[in-house]
Amino acid sequence: MKLTDAERAMLDGRDGPAKQKAMDLLMRYGEALGAERLVATNNVAGAFNASTPSVRALVAKGFDAVFSELNLDSQEVVPIPKMAVNTCQLITGIDNDKWRTQGIPDELAAQQKSAEKHFGALGINMFATCTPYQVGNVPVKGEHCAWMESSAVIYCNSVLGARTNTEGKESTGAAALTGRIPYWGYHIADNRRGTHLVEVDVEVDDIMDYGLLGYWLGEIVQEEIPVLTGKLSRPSLIKFKHFGAAAASSGGVEMYHVPGVTPEARDRDEAFGGNKIVGKLRYGAAERKLAYDNLNCASERDVDFVMLGCPHNAIEQIWLIASLLEGKKLSSNTQMWVHTPRALREVAERNGYVKMIEDAGGVVMSDTCPAISRYAPKGTRVIATDSAKQAHYLPAILNLPVWFGTVKQCVEAGLTGRWNGGLQ
Amino acid sequence: MTAAVHVNNKIVLHGRKVVGGVAEGEALVTRDTISGWGGINEREGTVIERRHELRGVSFKDKVLVFPGAKGSSGYSAYFHMTRLNGVAPKAMIFVKMTTKAALGAVVTHSPTVTDLDQDPLTVIETGDWVKVDADRGIVEITKRVQAKSAS
Repeated sequence: MKLTDAERAMLDGRDGPAKQKAMDLLMRYGEALGAERLVATNNVAGAFNASTPSVRALVAKGFDAVFSELNLDSQEVVPIPKMAVNTCQLITGIDNDKWRTQGIPDELAAQQKSAEKHFGALGINMFATCTPYQVGNVPVKGEHCAWMESSAVIYCNSVLGARTNTEGKESTGAAALTGRIPYWGYHIADNRRGTHLVEVDVEVDDIMDYGLLGYWLGEIVQEEIPVLTGKLSRPSLIKFKHFGAAAASSGGVEMYHVPGVTPEARDRDEAFGGNKIVGKLRYGAAERKLAYDNLNCASERDVDFVMLGCPHNAIEQIWLIASLLEGKKLSSNTQMWVHTPRALREVAERNGYVKMIEDAGGVVMSDTCPAISRYAPKGTRVIATDSAKQAHYLPAILNLPVWFGTVKQCVEAGLTGRWNGGLQ
Repeated sequence: MTAAVHVNNKIVLHGRKVVGGVAEGEALVTRDTISGWGGINEREGTVIERRHELRGVSFKDKVLVFPGAKGSSGYSAYFHMTRLNGVAPKAMIFVKMTTKAALGAVVTHSPTVTDLDQDPLTVIETGDWVKVDADRGIVEITKRVQAKSAS
């Protein structure tokens, strides 16, 4: 890889051992990719927290050891200076206020809080959400970013037109200290053009249907770039949030275009940018049914846990859930966790939505989700969720069966303790 | 593309280094892409994804042959932890280069190659003995069933 003088200086250790280790990792990573150079970034979203039991041994050696090993792939412990560029923390494993409801030991919650205190003072902004674009990190079109979180990456590329690959814990650590990331993949305009044309032949409107479409599509195109045309109704932040999260779970989709809607596709021609269309796909009733069947692995209809908010809920989703619950009570056999970024929870609290949900027996959480924390309410046997991403991952992570449906179906399951959802 | 070279029942493929080093072991081959976070158990080195053909199978000390990475950006962190927990693959061979697959290999420290001159998912079968010389970009395959490799 060709390096600039400033990058060479960092690699040679002239800016201290942490930046040296960071550049060393970026070199190994860039060469593995086949990248020719690095690109400057001023927008990093990563995972710097120490909230799992498996990092206890490293935490005992101090937070420099945690960052050195887990964020720089350095066995040598180096002192970590302040972040060089704008950096934020994505979702974490622990709700800083409701860890006891999650079932998390006090000691682990204390570990996360002390990690946050340490890394916060180094300039890592503790957004603590999988949706930084909902709470103040909204990159502009063409901005080079280094983001983790597959559901945020696909949103960043496709909906915002900013440029990032799916980075990892180590590459974002290196990027935060150097302001550099390999110039490869989605940083390069030619690699952002469509490959597959998708004709959507059934009406896709609510977030359940956006999730089903994404889940079906990701499994087929894997990491290619679909261009979606047809019956996509009223696209919005929350619909693209669910669609992208699903497509990045069943596959590895990091970018898509919706001609006339997303910023790099004023029309179909611009979406493909002269690319040959390598595949044409049709999404109809049979494909919708297939995705639905693949996502629903439960058979027992008694539901004891309802999880809403993956990716983290927008404020209008909290309002919808609060409205559906208003004046009612959850079944005594069923618990409900509603997840939203902490900044939006403040708004929900102020609006009275949190109280409406709590009065019904639900809990409004921030900072985490069951897939990341690996915690569901104790004794949970069957889960219901409105998220295709959680429905994909929870059976593997918690080894529990999941029902997937609309927000209304999930709230209904919470109120009755029974799953009566289905494909309409 | 040139045909694979058979020497003493060995098949030799050529490709490109992703992570340097030399290692050999028994092949574990899958045609399904792999999720790191939410797809593997980092303490046991097993695949846990519900509809994955390797569900319940461990890649510890195997030469993992797979199409590539999918899913969460936690891919590298989870393969990184398999190394810290002593359950990482001995070597890796993958087809589709992505940032997840590259970074995951880099932090696992296991010799890794890609861009082979034949499809490794076709040529290599689970149980074959595979030597990965990543520095030279060479993969040597000794077929498990000797008769099958006669050509």
